[in-house]
Amino acid sequence: MDALEVAGLTRRFGERDALSDVSLTLAEGRTLVVFGPNGAGKTTLLRVLATLLRPHAGGVRVLGHELPGEAWALRGHVGLLGHEPLLYRELSARENLRFHARLHGVSRERVDQVLDTVAMSKRAHEPLRTLSRGMVQRVAVARAVLHEPELLLLDEPYSNLDPAAVELVAPLIGAGTDPARPRTRVICSHDPHGGLAEADVVLGLRAGRPELVRAAGAVDAEEIAGLYR
Amino acid sequence: MNGTVTTRSTVRALLRKELLVELRTLESVPGMSLFAVTTFVVFHFALNRSSVEGDLAAGILWVTLLFAAILGINRLFVADADQGGFDGFLLAPVERSAMLIAKALTLLAYLAALELVAVPAFALLLLGPSLGGVLGELVLILLLADLGVAVIGTLVAALAVQTRARDLLGPLLALPLLVPIVIGAARATSPLLAFSHPGGAPGRWLATLGLYDLLFGLIAYALFDFLLED
Amino acid sequence: MQSPGRPAGSPQNERLSTGRPQRYGGGLRALSIATVLAIALALALVFFYAPLEAEQGFLQKIFYLHVPMAIVALCGFVIGGLLAIQHLRTRDARWDMRSYVAIHMSLIFAVGTLVTGSIWAKGSWGHWWVWNEPTLVSFLIVFLLYATYQPLRFAIEDPERQSRYASVFAVTAGAFVPMNFIAVRLSTAYLHPRVLGGTANLPGEMALTFLVSLFAMALLYATLCKYELTAKHTRAQVRALRRRLSGESDAAGRARSAAPTLAPTTVPARTAAGSGA
Repeated sequence: MDALEVAGLTRRFGERDALSDVSLTLAEGRTLVVFGPNGAGKTTLLRVLATLLRPHAGGVRVLGHELPGEAWALRGHVGLLGHEPLLYRELSARENLRFHARLHGVSRERVDQVLDTVAMSKRAHEPLRTLSRGMVQRVAVARAVLHEPELLLLDEPYSNLDPAAVELVAPLIGAGTDPARPRTRVICSHDPHGGLAEADVVLGLRAGRPELVRAAGAVDAEEIAGLYR
Repeated sequence: MNGTVTTRSTVRALLRKELLVELRTLESVPGMSLFAVTTFVVFHFALNRSSVEGDLAAGILWVTLLFAAILGINRLFVADADQGGFDGFLLAPVERSAMLIAKALTLLAYLAALELVAVPAFALLLLGPSLGGVLGELVLILLLADLGVAVIGTLVAALAVQTRARDLLGPLLALPLLVPIVIGAARATSPLLAFSHPGGAPGRWLATLGLYDLLFGLIAYALFDFLLED
Repeated sequence: MQSPGRPAGSPQNERLSTGRPQRYGGGLRALSIATVLAIALALALVFFYAPLEAEQGFLQKIFYLHVPMAIVALCGFVIGGLLAIQHLRTRDARWDMRSYVAIHMSLIFAVGTLVTGSIWAKGSWGHWWVWNEPTLVSFLIVFLLYATYQPLRFAIEDPERQSRYASVFAVTAGAFVPMNFIAVRLSTAYLHPRVLGGTANLPGEMALTFLVSLFAMALLYATLCKYELTAKHTRAQVRALRRRLSGESDAAGRARSAAPTLAPTTVPARTAAGSGA
């Protein structure tokens, strides 16, 4: 089954098009990397796929569910890591994650498990506002994958993370290793080389329009850099 | 895989989060209470009265409670809009009206805490007659009025928080909508605060309050989802 | 009309891409003429037919202006709420436009009500404002509430959210209007008799004049609304055409505005030149 089937997706912002006629398909377990300058519509695309925004035109099927009609069926199966950590600064990492766990019906053991994986167990009881940006980002990653979603939507996930932290979160947001539980990913990236390395399919956006939609093998970093000029 | 999430458990989870944040930051309740007490002092000087009763007492009490409530309403969704993000909630497989219920209950709790401070302070500083015999009825009026303020306050707070002038629009939207509650509550309270107690609170006003609460509760429930989604 | 380049069989979420230009000005002239005639008739009746009222004399004739204006404004606010419900149900921006215009116009009529009511109060009671006239008091509250409608819209930049939040407000406020009237009337009823007099028990000639005035006022409201709707739709179409002529939508978009945005209805999503892969 295709994890993503997008056909002619358009999302307006007033009289402007934030996304214009975007079409692509993505098989289960594969990774789509989206490139494009700021304002190209990358975040909008992610939010549409996350069911946070409705498509204004075109068809979108995520994990077999039609948007926006079946958006409710998707919730709990999609994980979003955006620019905002979506965490309360006054609460500790553990309290934040426990809150999200309750919203998703996830056990407390799972909370402790992810805290361990991102190496935040020792400081899990301190309010987030006392932690560094890198640590907050790690907790944000934990939040995004807490409920073991089948589809991961990641908006520049490695920003604010030092190389050690990048390694820590790799098992959580890296390409899936278990064939029985395919992990489909959509990643927004500004890094032509690094992003390309992770991609199975590449989408290049400029001003909301898809400038290139290709398998990763058929694109080189030069073309991607060309999007930004 | 993950367990199913009921509305009740969602409301509980939200309430827990709300109260935790409030206990850590103490942003709403102490401010509201202090504001009320200070306002009573201001009224003393502004009216040049040491003791009030009847209509005047009811008016001062309800205006003060109303404006203190506005402070709480202004802050109700701020943490969610600025940090926690509605997104986190919107991504979860939960009933969205749970947020309306949880927030309204939170505001109700804040109002109750406010009144625990404000009403005794009022009795101490400005009120002429004693509250002894009428406390029960007063609590009933407070409860009915608070329900209405909580529902309308939550709806208005959700409307205002994602706009640019949130601190200004909130009160401007809320106050006209709360006028009928002020009418009902003040008219009902006035005979309780008079030196000569001519019977209890007129039932008509309690019924008005109750009906208003019910109607707005239904409206808020029907409309709230539209404020959250995109 | 399907735009070229879109894969066949893709589901259509869009509601407005019919490609057929829509006419909004239809019937405007007929409506305007009818309104002018109705107003002329009403004025004639007011000045030459309706009897002079015993107590208040000539000033009482402001009643034929004040009360119809009040009724039309109130109905307009409630209609604005109903139109907003339609917008929330269908997500079609045109309903939001209609709701916006209805409320906008009603607000103007509400100001007129307050002004005429005030003049009447001053003339017959000696004060520019009276608290024991429940209609006037209710109107003040309703006016204060709806005066926040445009600031609310203006404070939200995302046009879709602006429309949605405005509709939520319009429904809430529309439901509030009747409840408010009841509450205010309850609070004043037992204390003083109505100062400015109600509309019950009107003698025949006055009743007829009143009904014609009401009819004329309603027509005036409808005509003005239609004018504003037509103007806005036309302007939106002109903008869409201009953008199409000057090259595709890399335009910065309109400046922030409190008025609803209409997606261009006559411009297909893609033209042949410049379409993607």
